[in-house]
Amino acid sequence: MAEEDNDAIIRVRDITVQFGNTRVLDGLNLDVRRGEILGFVGPSGAGKSVLTRTIIGLVPKVAGRIEVFGVDLDAASTSQRRAVERRWGILFQQGALFSSLTVRQNIQFPAREYLRVSQRLLDEIMVAKLVMVGLKPEVADRYPSELSGGMIKRVALARALALDPELVFLDEPTSGLDPIGAGEFDELVRTLQRTLGLTVFMVTHDLDSLYTACDRIAVLGNGKIIAAGSIADMKASQHPWLQQYFNGKRARAVVA
Amino acid sequence: MCAAGNWTARFAPALERIVSDAEKLRGSRPHIFIDVSQVASLDTFGAWLIERLRRSLSDASAEAEIAGLSANYSSLVDEVRRVGPAPRVVSDPLSISGMLEQIGRTVAGIGGTIIGLVDMLGAVLVAAGKVLIHPRSFRLTSTVHHLEQVCWRAVPIVVLITFLIGCIISQQGIFHFRRFGADIFVVDMLGVLVLREIGVLLVAIMVAGRSGSAYTAELGSMKMREEIDALRTMGFDPIEVLILPRMLALVLALPILAFLGAMAALYGGGLVAWLYGGVDPEAFLLRLRDAISIDHFIVGMVKAPVMAAVIGIVACVEGLAVQGSAESLGQHTTASVVKGIFFVIVMDGVFAIFFASIGM
Repeated sequence: MAEEDNDAIIRVRDITVQFGNTRVLDGLNLDVRRGEILGFVGPSGAGKSVLTRTIIGLVPKVAGRIEVFGVDLDAASTSQRRAVERRWGILFQQGALFSSLTVRQNIQFPAREYLRVSQRLLDEIMVAKLVMVGLKPEVADRYPSELSGGMIKRVALARALALDPELVFLDEPTSGLDPIGAGEFDELVRTLQRTLGLTVFMVTHDLDSLYTACDRIAVLGNGKIIAAGSIADMKASQHPWLQQYFNGKRARAVVA
Repeated sequence: MCAAGNWTARFAPALERIVSDAEKLRGSRPHIFIDVSQVASLDTFGAWLIERLRRSLSDASAEAEIAGLSANYSSLVDEVRRVGPAPRVVSDPLSISGMLEQIGRTVAGIGGTIIGLVDMLGAVLVAAGKVLIHPRSFRLTSTVHHLEQVCWRAVPIVVLITFLIGCIISQQGIFHFRRFGADIFVVDMLGVLVLREIGVLLVAIMVAGRSGSAYTAELGSMKMREEIDALRTMGFDPIEVLILPRMLALVLALPILAFLGAMAALYGGGLVAWLYGGVDPEAFLLRLRDAISIDHFIVGMVKAPVMAAVIGIVACVEGLAVQGSAESLGQHTTASVVKGIFFVIVMDGVFAIFFASIGM
């Protein structure tokens, strides 16, 4: 994994994250290439979400370096950081929609803050985003508490895409969705990636997502990336956890 | 016409102006092509603005067309072509009937509040009755935990504030009574005022602000995250598990805090009377013993648990009324404190009439 990749949109080098005495990430290296969908897997509690949150700057790291769009986030000035933040979108595990704003206001929020455009354009773009994530414009004036779990994920994705980012972080986007809904969501991510030219960093547990949506897979274990590559590479790996994960009972059901 | 350059979100404000200028060409020519072959980059904002232009240049006779679209962007343009008009924001127009309706709803809301409080009081009493029949179901640990939160941890701030209030009453009393040479009567005033009214009222208001709001916020966020529903489905009564221990803790805590507060206020008053008014402690105590009777103390203490129950019930009703949003949690926490303090003062008035009529 350590080889230099000039096309990397995210470059993580020797990241160490520690909570108290527990070392969650231990000298981790990872590259995410421009335009790919990277599936990020690992056992529960291995620190997948921690890595995501470390990259986006919500969890402090003890050591290491993170570059996003070629900007070293530790060395970046506040305005450089802002510029990077405008170019990425994040879908949190629980959606993290603003509960006191309607769907319309949630999706318009980033654009309203960052761009001086008319209300008309904001409304039109909001509808475009809703259509893109497969929702009807009629949900625009509902509050998050009036939405179903799947709709919350879609609205949250629409908000993550509000400023047309180049990079999207998805934290377990299909968890809590029914298989059909999850399948549609994978399809959606694929379509959006193609239409908008996105790079997607997707934390997931869903084998279907890995098969249908992801270009490349990285596996986290013991605070390090234990493997990265295509599905075929994963299945060929001799690592016991990978063997179990990709060749276990549930995995066979997916392939069949 | 020809579009060129970056059509992305960053440049959206400028692009929007360009597009609305270009829209004025509508109808000037029979057939219009929008040439986008010079566009360097395109995202949803740009694609939509081009689509908007295309739509407004089209009319019944001729449809404007987009030409020179690169293959990378064609799916994006197809995507925005599906976009329909945005739904209008529904806002209630300001009108006389609307305002009257609002007033009506508010008045009906007051009735609803009172029914809600009585309902909660009944539910808590039923839960208390059940616990009396089955003492094993009583949640001692929880009660002790809440007692620590609302009583033990509140002692420093309650004692400090009542001490200062005692000082102020005493200083003001001496300052004004001195003109009539009635310095010593400040002891009567301090004793009666602190034991009957200020001690318990002030402490109840502090508790409503400190613990009532905490109860509402706790129960409200549990409601928001469906924890209360989870509890109910497991066969537990939220009133018994969550509310009864909180109520009991508050009912036990307020008399204790009121007593400590009254003592602190008397102490502060006595100290000021001595240092500022020259009433030495011995004279102060002697006068205090004459001025007040046990009745004053009882009047104060009897009010405390009732006020605690009112604060607790208001806080729990508001907590359970929280809806799914953070804003709603804030509104109900505010309402909990405001209503709690209001009802405490109303209760104090009712008690004043009651004790006057029985001659205490």
